[in-house]
Amino acid sequence: MDDSHEVRLAQLPIDPHAAAFPPIVQSTSWSRLAFQRFVDQHVALAATIILVILCLMAVLAPFIAPYDPVQQFRKDGLDAAGLPVGPNAHYWLGTDGQGRDMLSRLIWGARISLGIGIAASSFSVLIGLLMGSVAGMAGGALDAVLMRFVDIVMSLPGFFVILLLVALFRPSLWITIMVITLLGWTYPARLFRTEVVALRERDFILAARCLGIPEPQIVMRHILPHLVPLAIVAIGLGVPGAIFAEAGLSFLGLGVPPPAPAWGGMIQFGTSYYRSSPLQVLLPGAIIVTTVVCFNLVGAGLRDALDPTMRRR
Amino acid sequence: MLAFLIQRILWIGVTVLCVSLMTFGLIFASGDPAQMLAPTRQGQPPDPAVVARVREAYGLDQPIYIQFVRYLGHLAQGDLGYSYYFRRPVTELLVTKFASTALLAGLIMVTAIVIGLPVGMLAALQRDSVLDHGILIGSSLLLGVPTFLLALLLIYFFAFQLKWFPLGGYGTWQHLVLPTLSVALPTGMGYAIFLRTNMLSILTADYIRTARSKGLSEQMVAMRHALPNALLPVVTLASIDLAYLLTGIVLIETVFQYPGIGLQVWQATQQKDIPVIMGSVFFGALLIGFGNLLADLLAAWLDPRIRLGA
Repeated sequence: MDDSHEVRLAQLPIDPHAAAFPPIVQSTSWSRLAFQRFVDQHVALAATIILVILCLMAVLAPFIAPYDPVQQFRKDGLDAAGLPVGPNAHYWLGTDGQGRDMLSRLIWGARISLGIGIAASSFSVLIGLLMGSVAGMAGGALDAVLMRFVDIVMSLPGFFVILLLVALFRPSLWITIMVITLLGWTYPARLFRTEVVALRERDFILAARCLGIPEPQIVMRHILPHLVPLAIVAIGLGVPGAIFAEAGLSFLGLGVPPPAPAWGGMIQFGTSYYRSSPLQVLLPGAIIVTTVVCFNLVGAGLRDALDPTMRRR
Repeated sequence: MLAFLIQRILWIGVTVLCVSLMTFGLIFASGDPAQMLAPTRQGQPPDPAVVARVREAYGLDQPIYIQFVRYLGHLAQGDLGYSYYFRRPVTELLVTKFASTALLAGLIMVTAIVIGLPVGMLAALQRDSVLDHGILIGSSLLLGVPTFLLALLLIYFFAFQLKWFPLGGYGTWQHLVLPTLSVALPTGMGYAIFLRTNMLSILTADYIRTARSKGLSEQMVAMRHALPNALLPVVTLASIDLAYLLTGIVLIETVFQYPGIGLQVWQATQQKDIPVIMGSVFFGALLIGFGNLLADLLAAWLDPRIRLGA
C-alpha cells in the first residue's frame, strides 16, 4: 500500500516549490497508523508471531524435521506389541501407529494443511474480488446474472458437493484446494460487490470520470487500492474455514491421500490407537486448534487495524 | 406478501433446478458412470460387454440432455430413482435418513440456543468482568476446534474414561448426547458472542437512554428493552444455521456412526451410488432454500421494521 493520495497531491507539478514544504503531519499516513494500531493489539501480535513460526516450520520442513515423515521405524518406533511408542529421546513426540515420527509428521503436515488453507482462502478471495468488482462496476444485467449465480452456489448443500467432487475426481492436493475454493468464493464476491457499488458512487470516482480517465484505469488506480485492505482481512478470516474443510476431508480419508502427513488425516489414523495413546489424536488436534485460533485473532486484529474509520484509542 | 412468497418459492425451484443440472453435469464430466458401475474382479478393468449392458440397462447410452429431461420428468412425479446399491427407492431411503439427521440437528439447535442466550446475556451485562473475559477466551478457543475433534475429545472423557455415554450408534437418548454437544457447544458459544456484541451496541442506543431516564431498573432495561432487539439477528442466524446443519453434520455422523443423511451421502460417494448422491444434493438444496425463506419470514414476523419483498 502506498501512502494514499496526500503524497501524490504533493507531487503534482502545480507549484514548483511545493516539494520544499515539509509535510504538515508526518505520522498520519494510513499505513503507518494501521501498523501502529495492529502492534497495539498485543494478542493479535502474539498470534502473528505464532503464525510466523508455523509458516517457517512449513517452509523449512526438510531442514528442521528430525526424520523423514513417511519412513516407518519398525525396530524402535513400535513397542513389542506393535503399538506406537510415547515421547522419548529419539522421537520427541513419540511415533504413530506405523512407527513414523510424530514430530516430523506434524512439521511436514504444516506444509499440507497450512498450505491448502492459505491457498484455498487466497484463491477464494481472488475469484470473489474479480466476480464482485465486475458485477459491481458493470451493474445492470451482468450484475444480476452474476449475483443470482452466487445465490445458487450459496444454496448448494456444501459438504455434499465437496464429497461428490472428491469422490468423482479422486482425492489429491489440487482437488482439495479446488473444491474448497469452489464453495468459498461466494461470500467474498458479495462482500466486494457491495463495496464496489458503494465506491462507484463516491465523489472522487466522479471526479476521475470528469477528468476523462478511462474506465479500466479508474478501476485499477482508484477502486482496487480501496479493496486491498478488505482482501487481506478476507483472506486471513477465510483461512480457518479452509483449514477446517481440509482437516474434515482428510479425516474422512478424502483429502490429500496417505502416506502424506495432513493434520486431519493424522487425527483419523490416530483414532485407532486413541484409547491407549490419546496423544495420537491430541497432538495434531492441538496444532490445528492453535493455527485456527491464531488466524482468527490475526484476522480480527487486521480488520480493526486496517479499518480507516477506526482511530487510535 | 403472497406475491413475495410466490416469487421466493419460484426462485427456490429455479435454484434447485440449476443445482440438479450442475450435479448432473459434474457426474458426467468425471467419467463414464457405466464404467464405474460395472462389476469388476480384483482390480481388473471391467469386461466391455458387461459395461455396454450396464450402460443400456441404466439408460446411460442416450444423449445427456435426454437423460436429464427424463430425470426431471421423474423428479416432477416425486421419483428420484432407485439406489444402485440398496435397490430401494431413493426417496424412501433419504426420507428416513433425513428424519434421523433432523432429530439430531433439532437437538443441536435447541441446545445451542439454551447455552448461547444466557451466556451471551451474562457476558454483556457484566462487561469487562472476569466472567466476561473468561467467556470471550473460552469461546474463541471453542470456535477454533473442528467439530470432529471436539467429538473425539468428548468421546475420550465421557465414553472412555467416565463411561457415561456410548461411543456411537443410535437408539437411546444417551446416544444423542455426545453428538449434540460436539456441535452445540461451539455453535452456542458463537451465538453467545454474537448476542453480546448486539447487546453492547444496543445498550448505547437512544431509546435505552430514554428507558433509563424513565427510572427503570437496569434489569428491566436489559430484559424488556435491549434483549428483544439484540435477539433478532441471533434468531435469523439460527434459522439459517438449522438448514445448514441438516446437510452439514457429515463429520459428526461419521465419528459417531450415526445413521443420518451425512453418513449416507458419504457411503454413496464411496459406492458411486449416483441416484442417492443426486437425490441428497436435490433434497439438501431444497432444505437450504426453504430454510433461508423461513429465516426471512421469521425475521419479518419478529421485527416489524423489516419489509418483505424489497
